[in-house]
Amino acid sequence: MSERPAMISFTVNGEKRAVEAPGMKRLLDVLREDLHLTGTKEGCGEGECGSCSVRMNGELVNSCLVPVLQAEGAEIETVEGLGRAEGLHPIQKAFLECGGAQCGICTPGMLMATAQLLAVNPHPTIGEIREGLAGNLCRCTGFKRIFDSVAAAVCDMDGTAKTGGAHAG
Amino acid sequence: MLCLNPYDDPLQRRAMSTSEKTRIVGTAVPRKEGVDKLLGRARYLDDIEREGMWFGATVRSSIPRGLIRSIGFDRRIDWTEFTIVTAADIPGKNHIHLINTDQPVMADGMVNHCEEAIVLLAHPDKHKLREAVDAVIVEYEPLRPVLSIEESERQDTIVWGADNILKSFLLEKGDVDAAWAQAVHIVEGEYRTGAQEHLYIENNGVIAEWNEESGITVWGSLQCPYYVHKSLLAVLDLPEEKVRVIQTETGGAFGGKEDYPSTLASHAALLAMKSGHVVKMTYDRMEDLAATTKRHPSRVRHRTALDGEGKLLAMDIEVCTDGGAYSTLSSTVLSRATLHSPGPYVCPNVRVASKAWATNSVPYGAFRGFGAPQAIFAVERHMDEIAAVIGMDPIELRRRNFLHDGDTTATEQVMREPVILDKLLERALSESDYYERRKRFARENPTSAVKRGLGIAAFFHGAGFTGSGERYLNSLAGIDVTPEGKVRVLVANTEFGQGTNTILSQIAAESIGIDYDDVEMAPVDTNVVPNSGPTVASRTSMVVGKLIERAGLQLVGVLRERAGLAETFTREDFFAACGRLRKEDGEVVSLCRYEAPQGIFWDDQKYRGEAYPAFAWSVQVAQVAVDTATYSPEVEEFWSVQEVGRVLHPVLAGGQIEGGIAQGIGYALYEKVVWKDGRMANNQMTNYIMPTAEDVPPIHVFFEEIPCRFGGCGAKGIGELPHDGPAPAILNAIRDAIGVGFNSIPLLPEDLFAQMMMQESKAEATAV
Amino acid sequence: MRGNCEAHELIAPGSLAGVLELLAGAPGEWTSIAGGTEIMVAHAAGRMREKKLVSLWGLDELRFIENSGDSIAIGAGTTFRDLRAHAGVAKGAPLLAKAATWIGSIANQSRATIGGNLVNGSPAADSSPALLVYEAEVELISVLGKRRIAYSEFHTGYKRNAMAANELMFAVHIPLRFAEHKQYLRKVGTRRAMAISKVALAGTALMEAGVVSEIRLAAASLAPFPARLYATEAALFGRTLSEAAIREARETLMEEAKPIDDIRSTADYRRQVAANLLGEFLHELLPVEARP
Repeated sequence: MSERPAMISFTVNGEKRAVEAPGMKRLLDVLREDLHLTGTKEGCGEGECGSCSVRMNGELVNSCLVPVLQAEGAEIETVEGLGRAEGLHPIQKAFLECGGAQCGICTPGMLMATAQLLAVNPHPTIGEIREGLAGNLCRCTGFKRIFDSVAAAVCDMDGTAKTGGAHAG
Repeated sequence: MLCLNPYDDPLQRRAMSTSEKTRIVGTAVPRKEGVDKLLGRARYLDDIEREGMWFGATVRSSIPRGLIRSIGFDRRIDWTEFTIVTAADIPGKNHIHLINTDQPVMADGMVNHCEEAIVLLAHPDKHKLREAVDAVIVEYEPLRPVLSIEESERQDTIVWGADNILKSFLLEKGDVDAAWAQAVHIVEGEYRTGAQEHLYIENNGVIAEWNEESGITVWGSLQCPYYVHKSLLAVLDLPEEKVRVIQTETGGAFGGKEDYPSTLASHAALLAMKSGHVVKMTYDRMEDLAATTKRHPSRVRHRTALDGEGKLLAMDIEVCTDGGAYSTLSSTVLSRATLHSPGPYVCPNVRVASKAWATNSVPYGAFRGFGAPQAIFAVERHMDEIAAVIGMDPIELRRRNFLHDGDTTATEQVMREPVILDKLLERALSESDYYERRKRFARENPTSAVKRGLGIAAFFHGAGFTGSGERYLNSLAGIDVTPEGKVRVLVANTEFGQGTNTILSQIAAESIGIDYDDVEMAPVDTNVVPNSGPTVASRTSMVVGKLIERAGLQLVGVLRERAGLAETFTREDFFAACGRLRKEDGEVVSLCRYEAPQGIFWDDQKYRGEAYPAFAWSVQVAQVAVDTATYSPEVEEFWSVQEVGRVLHPVLAGGQIEGGIAQGIGYALYEKVVWKDGRMANNQMTNYIMPTAEDVPPIHVFFEEIPCRFGGCGAKGIGELPHDGPAPAILNAIRDAIGVGFNSIPLLPEDLFAQMMMQESKAEATAV
Repeated sequence: MRGNCEAHELIAPGSLAGVLELLAGAPGEWTSIAGGTEIMVAHAAGRMREKKLVSLWGLDELRFIENSGDSIAIGAGTTFRDLRAHAGVAKGAPLLAKAATWIGSIANQSRATIGGNLVNGSPAADSSPALLVYEAEVELISVLGKRRIAYSEFHTGYKRNAMAANELMFAVHIPLRFAEHKQYLRKVGTRRAMAISKVALAGTALMEAGVVSEIRLAAASLAPFPARLYATEAALFGRTLSEAAIREARETLMEEAKPIDDIRSTADYRRQVAANLLGEFLHELLPVEARP
């Protein structure tokens, strides 16, 4: 049997979008194929690697596990919405300066997870940073410079100086 | 902006690899392609969509060995909609041209491993394609497979060549057999390493397009465009100018995209040619895990003679690897394993007998370290076992046997460049507060459920290809200047996270005397860039970097001779001179070909001489905690001190070490490939375990710099070195923590538990 | 992506009543999907058999946490993130709050629901051991009304449960009478995050003058479904806790446990580690002077 596609609308990076898609099409595929927002990546299709992470209604989700029907009316933020008109978001700037991105394929998901972490916890400890990013696998960096990047982003967004590295504790 | 010109000798090309002060090299310039990656704008293979694109998929063998009796196509599918390719459709040779030509592009009448490609399908609808793959019914006459080194060694079932031996080496120095008589101690050990999966976060993928005029074009996530190019020539029977390979932004590789893309590209090309459509072939994670290459499993046996002072008298080493069903890169992996197996030690008598055995496993391939992690695991574990047997501190044992300036290695290579193992060791011990920590653990362990220990590993990694490998590659690379005023680096070397784009741009800018932002990388497109060799073997910064450095100096020399460029010049002067040269020549290009360093001699038959032009050196320390309730070892902290020549970029270099260590930790404690009847049973990320952000310990990295004459701006190779040490350092730390030596990786809690249970019951049995 | 999204129908009636009517009208035909963190993995692997799915996501009637003084009621559609953020859960059911941190990753926790975790019925389910030692009840609902059963009766076999074809899980009820109990929960996975349980042990106990006056123990991955360890409890109940008693309890547990070898671990390892975890818990129950 063939499922008739439904008209599903939601907001992506502040813009109202509507797509005609089967309810069980993955949000990840709708973003990439229907909306041509290819910043969000597929690394595993199992919700393990986090490279498909986006923010949905202020929470971090693996878009490979969200049937698009369940995104009806949602507010979705992807990496394309992170940068500002005048340049990089402080989190992106921090990753660039601290070496938080090597091959870059995990980076969009990592940035969204960082954005989520700092939205709910603007001053995370190193343990909270580790937990916040534990669902995003990076095979290149060994995570150290990602932690440094998050700490640098915290400073930048905070405007306050911090002593010590991200590895205290 | 005035650029200081470092050369006071206009007619001579001056090497930049001494302690020359540099403006750009050695600084943390922004990653060349970083902004695009951070904005999510970088275009990886699967981000690319072409009008009218079809998709390709592969029907694969479900058994490890057998004859193909029939291939059936279920009638529920309308096959007229599909393009179907089998071995019969191959216009040229049915082989992947790598070192040997034993690996077919597609199975033809017989399969020799699970997941071997039998039928290719293409269709415009991904879902219909999926259904069709399931609707191809292959019937086999199974044959007895060989699935381990031991089975292959028995040679009662021959699955490759005449004797199952893909390659063998014999390295001999001095007289090992005579040395046993003088030995005060003789220590034996056997060490095993398992398969390891690269787990790049971006799976393999290519797009192929065919038309009569221009031939075949392949875009792909790959490390070596010219390897793919060479392979396609043979498979498609096309002339060089009708094959074009373009690398797309690559999301991790680690060796896993060194040879495999040649197979995938051939598949997509065949489908594109037959269907007349652009064809995209990407693997999902399950397929990539099951069907593509992994690190060679190994079994290494050591028998070592020492004198009364713990000095090595003889090393008798047997190295065996499992190569899988086809030879692919097994010979070169074995070569590196052979050359690294004696460790960074002086020993007058050495024998290394090594063999790569064929089995019916999915063919193994390149993975960061390329035989060295296997060999170094064995020798560095063995050193700690020796220390335990002879009652010596493992640190002291190593000190007494370290190579120094002027010593010879097992291949009789004289260490003419500085060897600073003592200094690296001292620094590693000091940074890790080694002795104080061990004292503390000795106090705390007896009453703690968590036992802690420290372990070290000392090792080298030969930079670049072995022996005459670079001569054979004969790389060509250089620089051009576009009319728009951009200096382009022309290399076939690929960026896949390690920093190729950035460091080569730094070297170009430095050697010419312009700004980093004036330099860009030419697209890695075989129509545009020369063959500067593959991006492997930690050769990019050292070998290709040197070519770019020379090309930059050469360009400035030519501009001075022929285009009126003055002694000191601004960047405006430079581009103006380029304009003048362009008027004369029609272009501004400076290419350089590889020149072997003087006095390098290598005997491929006897395995003697200068095995590598340069070595990188390292000492690593691991602190491990073993939870005795759960038998789980965890790395709590890690220190790595290394000498890799000049550090071209502190952030990128540090990132390489940290990333390599994280993979090494995975190799030691987490990453297990579970085989069932020749197939990877845990081919999902949920079951192939790599460490997460909560599992990696704090990693402390320290560089000692001794610029290397042969390397680009003084750099030696760095990418693979850090993956060589973690596994032995960690297992040595476990031995320190709980007094039990484990000799096999991956060491999972279940293995630790099983061995401790075995030892307990042995102890009980002997006590009775 | 091996699943064919066009071959499955997903509808969202938008209200609990709508869903219940659907289930009543065509019992067994519709599979409910909440956060999808299990079903979507099967879908991507091409292994999702269910053709008709009804979405429970966004049903406020199922997503609540209510403290009524003597128990906490948790709607089946409550996510693990909701659980982690709730002060009442942290106070009254700390083992459940702890278990909530184990679910997948932050991204999984914002979508995975407690109802989904229980109905999926994996023997390794993260929230189950805690709920068992709290003697939780589950409340099931259909067009015919609601009914409650002990959670310990909910699982009837490997991935089989006591729900009728027209029923949904409505809520989990946790009695708030464990404030004085010693509580224990530990999970052993393949790594520190995003790890399926190899084995997990939960326990609640009350000691009176060195005697075990209440004991509840439950485990993941020692049986075809998450289960209480009744024989091990019996070996402890009413006994004066001593090294000998602990040793016997460990042996009883090793007898009672029926783990298997699978892709993640071995039966022997699971059995031994479960006994070690029990030892860890029981040693915490000994008065400080008596501990080794």
